[in-house]
Amino acid sequence: MTTTRLIAWLDERVPIGAVIETLRHKRVPQHRYSMWYYFGGITLFLFVVQVVTGGLLLLYYRPSAGEAYESVQFIMTRVQFGWLVRSIHAWSANLMVAAAFGHLFSVLFFHAYRRPREITWVSGVLLLLLVLAFGFTGYLLPWNELSLLATSVGTDMAATVPGIGHFIVRFMRGGNTVTGATLTRLFGVHVAILPALATALLALHLFLIQQHGMSVPPSIEEEGRRSERPVASVPFFPDFALHDLFAWTVALAVLAGLAAFYPWELGLKADPFAPAPAGIRPEWYFLWVFQTLKYAPSSVLGLNGELFVVGTLGIGVALLIVLPFLVPDRPRARRILSWLAGVALGYMVLLTALALRASGGRVS
Amino acid sequence: MAAASDAAPGSGEPGRRTFLNWLLGLWAAGVAASILYPILQYLVPPDIPEAATQSADAGKASTLAPNSGRVIAFGSAPAIVIRTAAGEYRAFSAVCTHLSCTVQYRPDLQHIWCACHNGHYDLNGRNIAGPPPRPLEQYDVNLRDGEIIVSKRA
Repeated sequence: MTTTRLIAWLDERVPIGAVIETLRHKRVPQHRYSMWYYFGGITLFLFVVQVVTGGLLLLYYRPSAGEAYESVQFIMTRVQFGWLVRSIHAWSANLMVAAAFGHLFSVLFFHAYRRPREITWVSGVLLLLLVLAFGFTGYLLPWNELSLLATSVGTDMAATVPGIGHFIVRFMRGGNTVTGATLTRLFGVHVAILPALATALLALHLFLIQQHGMSVPPSIEEEGRRSERPVASVPFFPDFALHDLFAWTVALAVLAGLAAFYPWELGLKADPFAPAPAGIRPEWYFLWVFQTLKYAPSSVLGLNGELFVVGTLGIGVALLIVLPFLVPDRPRARRILSWLAGVALGYMVLLTALALRASGGRVS
Repeated sequence: MAAASDAAPGSGEPGRRTFLNWLLGLWAAGVAASILYPILQYLVPPDIPEAATQSADAGKASTLAPNSGRVIAFGSAPAIVIRTAAGEYRAFSAVCTHLSCTVQYRPDLQHIWCACHNGHYDLNGRNIAGPPPRPLEQYDVNLRDGEIIVSKRA
C-alpha cells in the first residue's frame, strides 16, 4: 500500500510514467540483420565505462611534463587495482573506437541514414570524430616516448593547410612544439571539453533514435512488401533491452579479459631529444592514415604530398558528414554507395594490415 | 511572438516592432561577441620569445665513434651530430622536414633516417628517399678542446 502511494507521490513530482509507457509500446524490428542494432548500444556502454574509469584515473593523474609519466607509473604500481583501472580505460577506448566503426559501417551498409534520420546520422558521425579526438588527446597523457612523437606528427599534419596551418598547429600544441604546455592543453580537452560536447551530442543522438525507432534495411522492407507480411518486431522492453544487456555483458567480459591478461603498457618516458624509435606508430585506428603518409611522395600533382593526403582526408570526412543529403533514395544510388563504402573499408583494412606488417626498417 | 501577428497591418506597429527586434538582435549579438571574443583570445597560446640559439655543446669528441650519431638539444629543438665512417664530423637539425619527427643515424645504411614515415637523408642532409620534401638544415661543427661545438651557419 505504502509502495503504491510512494510511486504515486513520485510520479506526481517526477512524471516518468509516460516515458515508461512509451517504452512499453515501443517495438524493435526483428530480422536477419538485427544483430547489427547492438553496435550502437555497445559503443554507449563502453563510453560509460570510459567516464567511470576516466574519473577514477583523474584522482591520481597529474597533467604536467614533469609528473605525468610518474603519476601513471604510480597508478600502475602503487594504487590498488590501479593497473586494472588504467588497463580497462585504455582497452575500452580501443574497443569503443572499434564498436563505433562497426556501428558506422552497419548504418552505411543497411542505409539507415535515409529520411528522416539524416540528423541522427550527422550527430553520429560527429560523435565518431569526437571519439577519435578522445583517442588522440588521451594518447599523449601518459607522456611516453611513442605518444610524444605521435602527437607531434598528428598535430604537424595540420601545418599543411594553406594560410592558417601554422596557427592551427600552434593552437593545438599551445606553443610551437609539443611540450608540457601541449600536455596540459590536451588534458583539458580530453577531460572537460570533449566530454561536454560528447554528452550533448549523445543526448541528441539518443533522443532522435527514440523518436524515429530503428531503421529497417531497404532489402528487408522490400521482402516484407513482396510477401505482404509486415516486418516482425519485438517489444523494446523487456525483449530488446535484455538483448542489449546481454551484448553489454559480453562487451564487459571481453574488456575484463583483455585488461587482465594483456595489461596496457606504459613504455619509456618521453624525451624530446631522443630520435624517433624504429617501429613507431600511432594507435591502430590511425594506422591507415599513417601508412598513406608513408607512401605519399613529397609531391603529388604539383601539390605537397602531405597536403594532398590531408586535403583528401578532409574532403572525405566532410562528405561523410553530409552523406544522407547526397545520396538519393533510389536502389541504384544505394548500391553505388554500398560499393564505395566497401572500397573505403577495404582500403582502410589493407593499409592497416600493411602498416602492422612493416615496421619501417630496423634499428641498429 | 504570437502577439506579433495580432498587430493590425498598416498601424505603424510592425515598423516599430521590426526596429525593436533588430535592436534586440544587435544587442544579443553584442553580448555573444563580448563573451566569445575573450574566450577565443584566451585559447590562443601566448608567444613566449625565445633567445635564438646560435651554438650548442655536443659533448666530447672522443665519445663519438666513427660511423655513429648523437641527438643533442640545440636550444629547444633537437640537432644531430654525426661522425662519418671516414671520421668527419657533420651536424644538422634533427627535425625531419616531413612531419617534424626526430631523425637518427643509421650505421648500417651510413646515412640519416626518420623512423616515423621512413624518410632518408644523405650525409649532406639532402632528402634522398621517402616523403621528406626538403633537406635538413646543416650546422657547422668545430672542435674546441676536444669538445664538439655545433653552431648555426652565418
